[in-house]
This record gives sequence, C-alpha cells and structure tokens, in this order.
Amino acid sequence: MRVGVLALQGDFREHLNALTQCGVQGVEVRTPAELEKVDALIIPGGESTTIVSLAKTFEVFEPIKRRIASGMPTYGSCAGMIMLADHIVAAKDGQETFGGIDITVRRNAFGRQVDSFEAEVLAPEISASPICAIFIRAPWVEKVGQDVQVLASIEGSDGQSHVVAVRQGHLLATAFHPEITDDYSVHRYFLEKVCR
Amino acid sequence: MAQESGTSRVKRGMAEILKGGVIMDVVNVEQAKIAEDAGAVAVMALERVPADIRAQGGVARMSDPDMIAAIQAAVSIPVMAKARIGHFVEAQILQSLGVDYIDESEVLTPTDYTNHINKWDFTVPFVCGATNLGEALRRINEGAAMIRSKGEAGTGDVSNAMTHMRQIGGEIRRLTSMREDELYVAAKEMQAPYDLVKEVAANGKLPVVLFTAGGIATPADAALMMQMGADGVFIGSGIFKSGDPKSRASACVKATTFYNDPKIVGDASRGLGEAMVGINVADLPAPHRLSERGW
Repeated sequence: MRVGVLALQGDFREHLNALTQCGVQGVEVRTPAELEKVDALIIPGGESTTIVSLAKTFEVFEPIKRRIASGMPTYGSCAGMIMLADHIVAAKDGQETFGGIDITVRRNAFGRQVDSFEAEVLAPEISASPICAIFIRAPWVEKVGQDVQVLASIEGSDGQSHVVAVRQGHLLATAFHPEITDDYSVHRYFLEKVCR
Repeated sequence: MAQESGTSRVKRGMAEILKGGVIMDVVNVEQAKIAEDAGAVAVMALERVPADIRAQGGVARMSDPDMIAAIQAAVSIPVMAKARIGHFVEAQILQSLGVDYIDESEVLTPTDYTNHINKWDFTVPFVCGATNLGEALRRINEGAAMIRSKGEAGTGDVSNAMTHMRQIGGEIRRLTSMREDELYVAAKEMQAPYDLVKEVAANGKLPVVLFTAGGIATPADAALMMQMGADGVFIGSGIFKSGDPKSRASACVKATTFYNDPKIVGDASRGLGEAMVGINVADLPAPHRLSERGW
C-alpha cells in the first residue's frame, strides 16, 4: 500500500518520518498526478486556510474530496481534522473542507498559542497505554454524527469534556499532533486498522 | 490527565506547523485580511514595516496593543508581534495580549545592548534573528523556539538573507564532519553552549525550525531561500510596499510551496506589477544595518 502525505504546507516531514518509523515509505502529494499514485493519505498539521487555498489553486482540492468520498483511507491531525470535518465553526468566512466525517469541529477551540499544551490522552482503541499528545491552537469536536466513533476525549479549561479523536470507517482524525512526538501509536493504528 | 502549557515541545511544535509557509508583515486589519486570503500561515502585526522604519528613522517600539487586538479579531490565523531586543516588559504585554509568537527583533530599536530576553520565563514562544550558527544557538539557549536568518530588513535586497543562510548552513555542515573531541573548541569559537553544538553535530540541523527573513521581495527570492534550506519565509516590506500586494502575496505563497518547480515559480512571477523599489545593502552605511543588532 502506498501512503501519501499532503505536502502543500505544514509538518508533513514529521508525518513522513512517523510512517518510516512504522516501516512504511510515505510519499509527498502536492498534485492530482501524485494523488493518483497513492492508496491512502495523511493530511498534516498546518494552517487549514493556507492548505485550502493552495489545494484549490493547484486543483487538487476536488480530486482529494472525491477520493475521500469514494473510500480512500485518510488520517488528519489538527488542521487535517478540520479538513475532514463535514462542518466547521469559528472558521474564516466561507472556509471549505474536504469533509467525510460527520462532525462539527470548532477551530482554535482550546485557545491561542499561550493556551496550547501537551497531555497524555487515553484512547484504548488506539493504544493500551496513554498517547503522548501535543495540542497547538487545537480544534475540538463539538457535534458527533451517529456513525462516528469517538476514540478520545479530554477536559478543556472550561471543565467540560471535549472529543479530540474520532473515526468514521476509513477516516481518522485527531485534534492533536502525534507526529511531533516519538509516540507512533496513532500512525500504527491508521496503517494497521483503518487502512485495512 | 495533567495538561502542561508552554513546554519546549509545545513552543517548538507551533513553529513546526508553520513550515512551508509565508509569514507576512501587516500594519492594519485590511492588510491582515489580504494576507490571510492569500494563504499566509501567520501575520506579524506591527505599526511600520521595516522599509518605513528605515525611511522615517526615530526609535521603533512595540506596536499599540489596540492595533494588535484589532488584527487578532480580524483573522483566524496566528498573529505574531515584535518586542525590542531585551525589552522583557514589552514581551510581557504581548504575552498578556495572547499573541501567538513574539519576535524579539533587531528591526525595532534595541533596549539592552548586552542581554536578550530570558525567553524561558514565558509561556508564549519566541522567534529570534541570527546571522550565524553561534548567534542562533545563543538565542536557543535563552529559550527561542524558532530562528529566522536576519537578512537585511526593509531593503528588498535578498543578498544578506543569502549570506546568513549560507553561513548557518555551512557551519552546521562543518560541525557534522568534526570528531567529537573537536566540538569543544568549535563551541568555544562560535560562543555557543557545548550541549547545543553537540546536538547540531549529531542531527545535522538546528533543534528548532529555521525560517528566512530580511529582503525577500519576489516569488523567486522566496523559492531561493527554500532551496537554500529554509523551512519557510518571513516577508516584511516586500508585499505591502509593492505595486499589487494581493497578487504578490499569493504568488509568494505558491512559490514557497512549489519552490522546486521553476515552471510554477515562473508562472507565479507573471504580471505582479512593480516590486518594492529597494535599497542595495552595500549602499547602507554600517550603523544603519539592522542585522548587526543582536549579540
């Protein structure tokens, strides 16, 4: 199986490194031609507005949307979670997403960079031990559709529990960045369980 | 579960997600929106772009908090702001405003000609300029979570950015070829902490993200810096001092992503109108060279 990482902007090299650590040689995807050559895709952390703008300009936005809709296993971290959400709030006016997961995601929900944090997240479906998770101006999931499996939640500074990892069939999304840690359990889960 | 903010991983991670992007200087809400629409990964809110600071002279300070807050309210992307070198109270104010990154910048008039800000004291991450590897490692030792090569701000002349990227890259490559027992003297000579020197020698790169700044005015300049190994670019005066900021901003974003594709960089360079007029760095009297500020 060939796994691509969307390499328009963001920490795509860290995702490629995580794939290497899992024994998979990932490839960078920037164009429709490169997209055609992969069987699965990772959408990295970055600025979602920048990624949308570049994807549209270089005409890879619609092809990705179609591939996701037709069953290509896809994992998105942070900005990638925003890109996989059917609905987003607190977004830039008219901001579009690839969609695919029946969730509503709030952008920058945990606050600005001074509120960014690292935490251990419990996600038994992904890993028996807590996952080392970095949240950077991170989103959270506000509404979850009935076909969506919640994989992890954490408490926000508002004292409420918020969903930060979800799966819907062939699609996986986390509000945090496992790629900038040396905990590869989310990538392993994506490759071994979601991509099957 | 325990949650911890302001850790090195959280600060440095913020810079990781900006990689491959363009950070643009903006002086008002309108410019910030143009930058966001063009695909900037962040904006730097300041009162005067470096070209104007240069032209108007006087003491350049932190921007008015009202102006920074207005820009924060107008865009969804990260907002950075500049504090003077060594002015830790300006930095405290910027942190309290919730800016996403502080640039301890030589573009503003320095406050302390001996010490930089102790950046470990802050939750908000800092980016600092550097002209060589020793300077970069001293800033990292003080807590900087991101480095930008300085170039010469407000000139539109990319030659110093090139010099500084070559210098930093060359020194890193030299370290990787040294025997372990030679690293002690290398650390002494570049006036940098031995532990950081050893880390760079082992990994062949800085422990933080490295952007380029200072004099970038065209899509080709941006692509050049990316090919020189920058993780992304800051564009100060180059966009909003040009004839058609909207087109130039989006062209620089495209060129930064597709820096290895001359056809795309070439297409992005078409019909952009006038670039900023610019000043040759060689014509600047030495006391007016901003890159020499910082110690």
